[in-house]
Amino acid sequence: MKIGVVTFPGSNCDADTLEALSVIGVPVRHLFHEERDLDDLDAVILPGGFSYGDYLRSGALAAKAPVMRSLWVAVQTRQLPVLGICNGFQILTEAGLLPGSLRANAHGEFRCAWQTVRVTAASALFPGLSAGELLRLPIAHGEGAYYVASGELGQLFGDHEAWLQYVDDQGMLSVWANPNGSVANIAGVMRGSVAALMPHPERAMMAELGSTDGRRLLQAWVDGVRGRTFHAS
Amino acid sequence: MPQFEAVVTIELKPDILDPAGEATGHVLQQLGYPLEQLRIGRHITLTVQAADVAQAERLVGEMAQNLLANPVMETYQVQVKAG
Repeated sequence: MKIGVVTFPGSNCDADTLEALSVIGVPVRHLFHEERDLDDLDAVILPGGFSYGDYLRSGALAAKAPVMRSLWVAVQTRQLPVLGICNGFQILTEAGLLPGSLRANAHGEFRCAWQTVRVTAASALFPGLSAGELLRLPIAHGEGAYYVASGELGQLFGDHEAWLQYVDDQGMLSVWANPNGSVANIAGVMRGSVAALMPHPERAMMAELGSTDGRRLLQAWVDGVRGRTFHAS
Repeated sequence: MPQFEAVVTIELKPDILDPAGEATGHVLQQLGYPLEQLRIGRHITLTVQAADVAQAERLVGEMAQNLLANPVMETYQVQVKAG
């Protein structure tokens, strides 16, 4: 099994993400935005950062990079698992691989803080994460307000595509626990084999850094990729 | 092939919050202006090669739809000046 981590011009969480995967013990391939061949990869992570300086809209220019065309094909033809983190989430919505979009935070500020999120439902993409589970993860973004037209919100929750929500430390959903103005406190969305979240699991890999919940989340995702790879082979 | 100048005007949909516009409007109100509302959009000028105005409009419309605007949260208008 091998997982690719993509670097776009302006990505800055790529090294941390590669390190996190090596802590978990997964073979990785570091690839660049102009790469077209993804055939050897069993999954891909789009890491955080400020691809193309967030010019035009965050994620918009990266969404048109050559690697994204190959990624689109791999998702459509072989249901390649993809995980987007922060800017990776923005890129995936801009690429049309996930519904909705990410807007400037409602309060107009960049928000860098610890945040509790709740897993809304168990899923095949994250075996080991159960419904209602709370995770404490760092957020660091200025454009993380998830938006989707109100008519689509029912489907997002009905199909468990809205898989992660911002909650308070007790796990309660409230407007005060929402750090950026996302509709319905949505922190993560998935569709098909593609999943993404605004928080940074790769920054919560060891107790010394404040939390190991990011390791739990990434381990669960890697377990999902591994189970799928085993199944197919 | 003839060249055409075009302008793409991009605006956030009315129901989308515009924190930058609100902050800017608030400062204008503090300066004493009788401001009701302010929304910040984007103004993009392009020069394209096309056979005629209709083709230029089609090309620029495609660019707006595919990249310049995000139809989930923005609307756009394309204006092409006759060559």
